Amino acid sequence: MELNILNIGILTWLTFLPVIGMIIVLLLPKEQKTAIRWTSLVFTLLQVVLAFLLFAKFDRTLAGVNSADTMQFKEVFNWINVKSTGWFGSIKIDYFLGIDGISMPMVFLTAIISCIAVISSWTIEKSLKGYFALLLLLDTGMMGVFVSLDFFLFYIFWEVMLLPMYFLIGVWGGPRREYAAIKFFLYTLLGSVLLLLAMLALYFSVTIIDPASGEKIHTFNMLAMMNPANYDAGSILSGTSTTWRYLAYIAVFIGFAIKVPIFPFHTWLPDAHVEAPTAISVILAGVLLKMGTYGLLRIGFPIFPDAAMHYLYPLAFLGFVNIIYGAFCAMAQKDFKKLIAYSSVSHMGIVILGIASMNTQGMLGGMLQMFNHGTITAMLFLIVGVIYDRSHTRGLDDFGGLMNKMPKYSGIMVIAFFAAIGLPGLSGFISEAFSLLGAFQTFRWLTIASAFGIVLTAGYMLWTLQRVFLGTLPEKWNELTDINTRELIMLIPLAIIVLALGLYPNLMLDVMNASANTLVDFVKGSAGAAIVH
Amino acid sequence: MIPELNIALAILLLPLVSFVLLIFFGKRFMEKSGLVGTTFLGIDLLLAIYIFFSKLAVETRWDFTFTWIDFHTVVNNVPLKIDIGIMVDNLTAVMLVVVTLISFLVHLFSIAYMKDDVRYSRYYANLGIFTFSMLGIVLTNNYLLMYVFWELVGLSSYLLIGHWYEKKSASDAAKKAFVVNRVGDLGFFIGIMIVWMQFSTLTFDGIFSAIGHGNIPFGSNTWLTAAGLLIFCGAVGKSAQFPLHVWLPDAMEGPTPVSALIHAATMVAAGVYLVARTFPMLTADALMVIAYTGAITAFVAASIAIVQNDIKKILAYSTVSQLGYMVMGLGVGAYTAGVMHLVTHAAFKAGLFLASGSVIYAMHHALHHLNDHHTDAQDVRFMGGLKSKMPVTFWTMTIFTLAISGVPLTSGFLSKDEILAGTLAYSHFTGHSLIPIIGFLVAGLTAFYMFRMLILTFMGEHHDKHRLDHIHESPRVMTIPLMVLAALSFFVFFSFNPISASQGWFFQKMTYPTVAVPEAIASTPTVEFIEEIHHQHTMAMVLSVAVSGIGILLAFVTYFWKKISADAFERALKPVHTFLYRKWFFDELYDATAVAATLGTARLLAWFDGTIIDGVVNGAGWLTKLVSVFSGKFDSYVVDGAVNFTAYFAGLLGLSVRKVQTGKVQTYMIFAIIGFMVLLALYI
Repeated sequence: MELNILNIGILTWLTFLPVIGMIIVLLLPKEQKTAIRWTSLVFTLLQVVLAFLLFAKFDRTLAGVNSADTMQFKEVFNWINVKSTGWFGSIKIDYFLGIDGISMPMVFLTAIISCIAVISSWTIEKSLKGYFALLLLLDTGMMGVFVSLDFFLFYIFWEVMLLPMYFLIGVWGGPRREYAAIKFFLYTLLGSVLLLLAMLALYFSVTIIDPASGEKIHTFNMLAMMNPANYDAGSILSGTSTTWRYLAYIAVFIGFAIKVPIFPFHTWLPDAHVEAPTAISVILAGVLLKMGTYGLLRIGFPIFPDAAMHYLYPLAFLGFVNIIYGAFCAMAQKDFKKLIAYSSVSHMGIVILGIASMNTQGMLGGMLQMFNHGTITAMLFLIVGVIYDRSHTRGLDDFGGLMNKMPKYSGIMVIAFFAAIGLPGLSGFISEAFSLLGAFQTFRWLTIASAFGIVLTAGYMLWTLQRVFLGTLPEKWNELTDINTRELIMLIPLAIIVLALGLYPNLMLDVMNASANTLVDFVKGSAGAAIVH
Repeated sequence: MIPELNIALAILLLPLVSFVLLIFFGKRFMEKSGLVGTTFLGIDLLLAIYIFFSKLAVETRWDFTFTWIDFHTVVNNVPLKIDIGIMVDNLTAVMLVVVTLISFLVHLFSIAYMKDDVRYSRYYANLGIFTFSMLGIVLTNNYLLMYVFWELVGLSSYLLIGHWYEKKSASDAAKKAFVVNRVGDLGFFIGIMIVWMQFSTLTFDGIFSAIGHGNIPFGSNTWLTAAGLLIFCGAVGKSAQFPLHVWLPDAMEGPTPVSALIHAATMVAAGVYLVARTFPMLTADALMVIAYTGAITAFVAASIAIVQNDIKKILAYSTVSQLGYMVMGLGVGAYTAGVMHLVTHAAFKAGLFLASGSVIYAMHHALHHLNDHHTDAQDVRFMGGLKSKMPVTFWTMTIFTLAISGVPLTSGFLSKDEILAGTLAYSHFTGHSLIPIIGFLVAGLTAFYMFRMLILTFMGEHHDKHRLDHIHESPRVMTIPLMVLAALSFFVFFSFNPISASQGWFFQKMTYPTVAVPEAIASTPTVEFIEEIHHQHTMAMVLSVAVSGIGILLAFVTYFWKKISADAFERALKPVHTFLYRKWFFDELYDATAVAATLGTARLLAWFDGTIIDGVVNGAGWLTKLVSVFSGKFDSYVVDGAVNFTAYFAGLLGLSVRKVQTGKVQTYMIFAIIGFMVLLALYI
């Protein structure tokens, strides 16, 4: 399947549209605030249109995962070509884009969240031009990560993301923004270093025949890395279940675990969220966290199936810890935003548990949960943002009785809160239920223990709802106004997605099904291991 | 799909339409909202009655199943997919009428009761979504949809309990109800996980037929028992069974008609319905646990109800107790009796709540008129003598009370009698004689506390003559539902024989489901059990009439003729009274254990997160910084020092050597000669 616009592939358009937007924003004089805002909006909106087009044209029967033939909307051309340089050999790096059922939902999510982030940033006044330029650059980085099939390219986009994020938190954030930004940067950098090491080890282990010249060359092609036949005998990562392969998997895993974030690598998240401006929190929770689990699905599992199967139980255990630990920490918070941040830790644990199940239901549940968490948590952060904009406080105990004062706002809030609680009919339920149903078949007791999270979640979410929205309104908030049109515009599309996927999850499951099955079969088949009990 | 199922689908969806209309256009309807909701439910009731009669006329079951999610993969040679659907069997047909009827009457009643409410249309919208979810529970043919509607019922209950959410007590009660139910639902969900893993299907038929073919979870009888009991956990939550019964009395914070609909007649009965649906896969062990759970619940709640003074609290505990009764009935294996008690109880308990609503309404108006804001409008101690002022409410309330006490000629007599006969039969087969003992004891207690309530409310003298003048009978729209429910509390609607239900249509149509459990671990075979019930029937009837009679008599002696002083008893048994009045201290116990432990763990882990984990992170950062300071110092003193020293040394050297470079030829000549001489001296 290919789709070109002006002879340029749709994935390239999707990825680099924001860069065009960024250039225009940079060329505009900084007094032209309206023009800057609208330019950003138009380019992210175009991205959304393309994402819808992609979603419509996506062939639901093709699996992708490890086969280049069933990857869709592929774009391959030689990007870096260094002729033989002595012992290093020649370097050929491809610009290789393509998507399958694992990345399609993420591409869609990225487009929507970016657009909503722009709308949510409308009221930013401080160095507006720089802000939107960075936001658009961030958008490109995120999209690039999800469409790259070449490890080198993937890594570049991964790093491209880091820089704008650092500045967006560090410059436009709250009072402790610099601490939070540094923390985020260092944490993520540590992950990147480990990822880089693993990537280089893979590069030097894998060779393919260059179709152009017929000579053997090393490659960063992820799909080639998934094929055990491509590993040079005697190279560091050849063979199966070797110590080096386990170490490399652990390096990759930590690199991704920091992003998810998996306990104990999660403490950058609450700080980053609390300090970041609303739109950035939305992007962080909505898209960035998914890169961790996406990385596991795209790289960790299929490139190291032996190690993935070997460390399946520890992975599931970390998922359990995330669920329960995150929920408990959320319950103790007094800051609305921090509470949502910890709830993210808890909800991402469900993704981990689901994908660790290594069966269809769990894998689909985990993948769907990635998407659903993106939309639901984005809503929750926007909801916090709305109230923070008006009151300049996020203390849970500072409020009460908002239900009567802000009825429209509260209506939307109810949808988001109950979706987070996992109420059937809203999207969160399906993905949680599938993750648990799947995980139960692989890890019986661990899943039962994890299921306690659903009680804890109901506890802290309803407690929050009660403290902020029910009861009587403190007098100091008599001037609060209900949600305005701009804020409704950013929340309603998300609410529609949450409802639609709650009632008809096939909309998204269809897209992911073939890939999930193939991934499960491939990892289990390659590892040659039976299901771990 | 069978045309009747389309109608069933319409029954399901009409209340949802009502919800959507009222939630989005409630402002436009204003005071018409009640009429809109009531009309929808009226149509719904008519359709349900139609389905009821056409279903009971045929033997076949109507079922429609479709694949909701196909995973496109094969597990254990079976394609992995989730099938869901709806079905109507006799049980469903009866439940449809029960739910729509009570819901319709409550809609009607609320038109007057909730007239001046601030959120009148929101109230009706929530009634709509509740009715929708409840109908979903009874129409579904699989555990997945069951769980879905189960949770939605929980949501609507949350919304309705918290209807007056400005009050802290109301929002607390709503939260408590949801969270406590979630605890039960956790077990339910784990049960579903076991079933799904083993059978790869969630339809009742699929599961039961698999078990019938000897396929049991993980090949272990224990797991089959566990699966049944875990599903039962859902019922423990929703039907307020011990030990999760604590939410229901608090739920009385909601408007009284809501209590009638949700927390007496329908939602709380959903747990009983779930047990009935799950009946074929319950092992003897599981049924025993269920029977004891029910018995304990029935007793604990009845003992608490005796000493309560709030009219709604009395009814709430009586509901818990009666639900325990139904669960006990199903547990002992008296399937039809348990289900029948669900149905008869739905009518007279909804009636009791609505009648109490009528009383509260009257009291409230009288107190309001007198500008009295201190007297509690729900406290039976401030009532008394209302009989003459509210005749319709009084007479209907009397009928409901007779029914719940199990007095002959009422519907409650029929169903309670069958349950008691069942407990006797159970004790006959298994030797668990505690179960019938509790059964009869609770029957007596029920008669006593219900008549206590009736006497204190309506008979005797009213304390304040002036207040009594201001008490009036409630409007027609409220009394008509009472009369309808009172009529339905008579035996004729269930059996033409006033002393035995077993010949009536209900027992004929609501036959025992086929037990799927392997014989070795199943309870007494149905045929034998039914036969034994017949043997025990007369005995049960005589005993139950006797204990009810004693209970009623004691109530009259104590509260009407006042031959026995309740106050003296209370003083003499102060510790017991306190223990019962404080509800066996369950709330205090849970607050001190589960709640405190959860919040404590939360605080501890949050501290751990902020201090230890972040401490390590910050420590690592600090250490790195420290190292960098050291390496900086090293760099500037040692490395740079060496460099600088070299330069310094070179400079020093240069400085001293520079002195030689005088630029005078004479000096150079002298140096040259000296050098020459040194060389000569060395080599010669």
